Amino acid sequence: MNFLSSLISGLSLGSVYAIIALGYTMVYGISKMLNFAHGDVIMIGAYVSFIMSMHLGMNGWLALLVAMFVCTCLGVLIERLAYRPLRGTGSLAVLITAIGVSYFLQNMALLIWGANPRIFTSLFNGMAPIHAAGGQLNISAESIFTIAANIIIMIVLTLFVNKTKAGKAMRAVSEDNGAAQLMGINVNQSISLTFAIGSGLAAVAGVLMCSAYPVLIPTTGAMPGIKAFTAAVFGGIGSIPGAMIGGLILGIIEIFSRAYISTELADAIVFGCLIVVLLVRPTGLLGKKVHEKV
Amino acid sequence: MKKTWTKVVVVALSCMMAFVMASCGGGGGSSDAEGGALHIGVIGPFTGGAALYGTAVKNGAELAVNEINANNPDGLQLVMDAQDDEHDAEKSVNAYNKLVDDGMQVLIGPTTSTPATAVAAEADANRTFLLTPSGSSPDVTAGHDNVFQLCFSDPNQGIASAEYMAANFADAKVGVIYKNDDNYSTGIYNKFNAEWEAQGKKVVAAETFTDGVTDFSAQLNSLKNAGADLVFLPIYYDAASNILTQADKMGYAPKFFGCDGMDGILSMEGFDTSLAEGLMLLTPFTPYSEDAKSKAFTEAYQEAYGELPIQFAADSYDCVYAIYDAFQKTGLDASASMADICEALIAQFTGDFVASGITADEMKWNANGEVEKTPKVCEIQDGKYVEK
Amino acid sequence: MAERLLKSVSVRALKGAKRGGQYRREAMIAYGILIVGYLLLQLGAATGLIGMNLQGQFVPICVYMSLAISLNLVVGISGELSLGHAGFMAAGAFTGVVVTRVLEGSLGFAPARLIIALIAAAFVAAIAGFIIGIPILGLRGDYLAIVTLAFGEIIRNFMNVIYFGLDKNGHLLFSFNHAIDGLEDANRVITGPIGATGITKIATFTGATLLTAFTLFVVLNIKNSKQGRAIMAIRDNRIAGESIGLDVKKYKLMAFVVSAALAGMAGCMFGQNYSTLAPVKFNFNTSVLILVFVVLGGIGNIWGSMIAAALLTILPEALRQFSDYRMLTYAIVLILVMICTYNPAIKARITGIMAKINPFKKPKDGGGKTGGRKTGGSKSKKKSGKEEA
Repeated sequence: MNFLSSLISGLSLGSVYAIIALGYTMVYGISKMLNFAHGDVIMIGAYVSFIMSMHLGMNGWLALLVAMFVCTCLGVLIERLAYRPLRGTGSLAVLITAIGVSYFLQNMALLIWGANPRIFTSLFNGMAPIHAAGGQLNISAESIFTIAANIIIMIVLTLFVNKTKAGKAMRAVSEDNGAAQLMGINVNQSISLTFAIGSGLAAVAGVLMCSAYPVLIPTTGAMPGIKAFTAAVFGGIGSIPGAMIGGLILGIIEIFSRAYISTELADAIVFGCLIVVLLVRPTGLLGKKVHEKV
Repeated sequence: MKKTWTKVVVVALSCMMAFVMASCGGGGGSSDAEGGALHIGVIGPFTGGAALYGTAVKNGAELAVNEINANNPDGLQLVMDAQDDEHDAEKSVNAYNKLVDDGMQVLIGPTTSTPATAVAAEADANRTFLLTPSGSSPDVTAGHDNVFQLCFSDPNQGIASAEYMAANFADAKVGVIYKNDDNYSTGIYNKFNAEWEAQGKKVVAAETFTDGVTDFSAQLNSLKNAGADLVFLPIYYDAASNILTQADKMGYAPKFFGCDGMDGILSMEGFDTSLAEGLMLLTPFTPYSEDAKSKAFTEAYQEAYGELPIQFAADSYDCVYAIYDAFQKTGLDASASMADICEALIAQFTGDFVASGITADEMKWNANGEVEKTPKVCEIQDGKYVEK
Repeated sequence: MAERLLKSVSVRALKGAKRGGQYRREAMIAYGILIVGYLLLQLGAATGLIGMNLQGQFVPICVYMSLAISLNLVVGISGELSLGHAGFMAAGAFTGVVVTRVLEGSLGFAPARLIIALIAAAFVAAIAGFIIGIPILGLRGDYLAIVTLAFGEIIRNFMNVIYFGLDKNGHLLFSFNHAIDGLEDANRVITGPIGATGITKIATFTGATLLTAFTLFVVLNIKNSKQGRAIMAIRDNRIAGESIGLDVKKYKLMAFVVSAALAGMAGCMFGQNYSTLAPVKFNFNTSVLILVFVVLGGIGNIWGSMIAAALLTILPEALRQFSDYRMLTYAIVLILVMICTYNPAIKARITGIMAKINPFKKPKDGGGKTGGRKTGGSKSKKKSGKEEA
């Protein structure tokens, strides 16, 4: 029973990581940059949703839509102002700029919303948890919805990238920026679209994360951001199913190592597993092996 | 190939620095203009993950300074300068040095233990009187005659909690969740555990978490399986609210017991206070106290900052009054040097000076710099603290 | 190691006279910055022109310079992205604390204690670097970055559960994952997350400057040696490097281990500058901060990263007048500086303006510079293209 409830916690935590990792992986796929500000966009999304529902009395789901809209705009704006001027100058310069953007968002949130924690009201407030096995096993509504949302988002994204024109354009840009441009694809538009989708998903991730783990402070997004980045690499950065699998596995390892090995060393175990995986598969679980050409 | 643009970097950075330095120059001298005022420095984390504690300390001190200045315009005036340390020892020492540069005479802070320990050594070397509102580790005061604490020390809280539990919950199976990358939390837990074992008892399960951890299901499951019916949480209220929420979701309802870091749990916006029903905590301050002074403080704080004060704010509020009262007893005036004030205040604090404030009616200090006051045990009932 | 270094220096003298000149210039600028900086700051401190705030940052500035130089060996010269440099710093810092504490009773002369601690720190950090370096050999680019990040976090995680103490005879006690029973507070050396307390501060500005000079010496010599040229050849084109018989793994590992050892020494110096040292200091943010120095100063540019380290250490302090807006301003400045230094259009415009207003520049030289910039641009573009591949 313990095993099952740990598994569900792990899947639920892993799903949060997975949705965040999707944002990382999409942006990485198309612009080859590690967007370290992604975790903070999540935090902004959660704050916007909180303010909308608590201060303006909006319905939770409507607040989520507003948060998605704000984050989408924010993501596009960040890309336009901070990342686009550095396109083509190497991934390190953009990485550092992303860290600057991350500091900026955290301190902006601190100035606007203050340091005192807000307790996020769950989107699924009032939905009773499912009790199974005679009350031994509790499955909260948050867990179910998070896991479901993760699967739906993954499927929709995969379809979008493979079937739609805009999605195909994104893939073309991610494979060869220059060739795509020659084929008449608007590279700027494709990249903006990727940031828009990634950031919109960040708002969803923020709301789902804070529904399950309600404490909201300006640094809320930082640690999940790093973990999700790890998850994205774990699954093979650039791969959409990889992000999902990476996130789920990471969440499960984290919960299981806490439950069965040691809470003190859980982080070391998670990162240790990551290293082992990368030793066996140097490009992550589902990453493509890139052959170097002479 | 890199030559050209590194030159640009250097030039850009130097221009920026020149601008900053130039605009900096004017700021330093202004402190002398105020003449007859005592300069109090405050250090705490105002940015980063610990910002909530530092901000409370800053607000509490600011409130006290404004009150003193308004109530007694002809008497001794106070000037406060608060500097951010990002909860980092290195930045805290920088902040301290900056305050000394700007003419600070007495220091309130640093807010958190590790920075406070680092600054205590500097303050000792420079002879600055240091009263920390909340740096509760015994390492802060160890070996320094000029360093005093206004809060209970971590070991005292651990021991007091163990004693209270032994007296009131003798048969309880005690489990613990503590934050094992945190000075405060580990400090309390270690002493609590030692005391609990000295009583001939054993903690049935001790689980930990680190910074940024949000999922406590594994820890709570472990406590539940071990049969813990009394859970000791020597942690701060932000993480505790996560634990209470998740315990509720998994249908685990033991008695929870916290220390002074738990104060603030009711004042978070959006928190369902029914989750904290029955939670016990050892705290020097409650915002629901009927005591006139506490009430006035809580009201003034709410009016100024729009939220309920937490014990950090109350501690720093008391710090300002303690220093103000003690300073008046020294007979010095505000033009005295930092070192003279330091020696005079040490004599007061280790002498028969008794401070009175909202965290205790009577506070005395021992030669180690630790405060002697009695902790209050409160229980949350109907969304309010009730003293036990 | 040292022998080999000396040998390679002499080889360089015989072989690449032209390249040698370029390196000599770089070395002269780097040492010049260090010496002039040291003298100016000492003078400023002695005359009281420099306040305590800046004086207190002398040692950290040197430490961050050393860290930036040592990380540049991995990021700039070896071309690998490392996000775990603070882990080595932590290993060195805590080793140093333990060593100085044990020696405190028997060795009264502080500089000697410091030197022994530095050597021990370098040794421990080098071992950590070796262990971490091995898996790195098979990985590229961002996968390597994540492994270094992971190792940095693992080192910090372990620091949280490590307890050291001294018994009555001054012997070292060690405990894993729980506090040492019955130990008096004064005999604790490292107490898990509380870290080390009661450290006798023995780091000095002069000592820290000498450490930076030593780091500089090692890194510049490696850069300028046969090994260094091999490492850079591998960075620029791994396949070409392999095809002429360079042992890629050996050279990458060498750069990584040396960088780790130097970071350990810097960490040791840092640890000896404060009375307390907590593991939380060495988190991901510190690793990133060191990386920012390297990138901002110019990847591979040693003296550029020194200047960036110094300025970015002072900057948050200089911004204190912005009070609540301090860190926000810091973030904005960081973003703007990155864009201004890396965006090709802005870069070209700034250099254009600089060329116009610089009276010391000879016209002919100026023309040459423009040409150089053009090739520089295409080169860096080529490099970034490779990074992306």
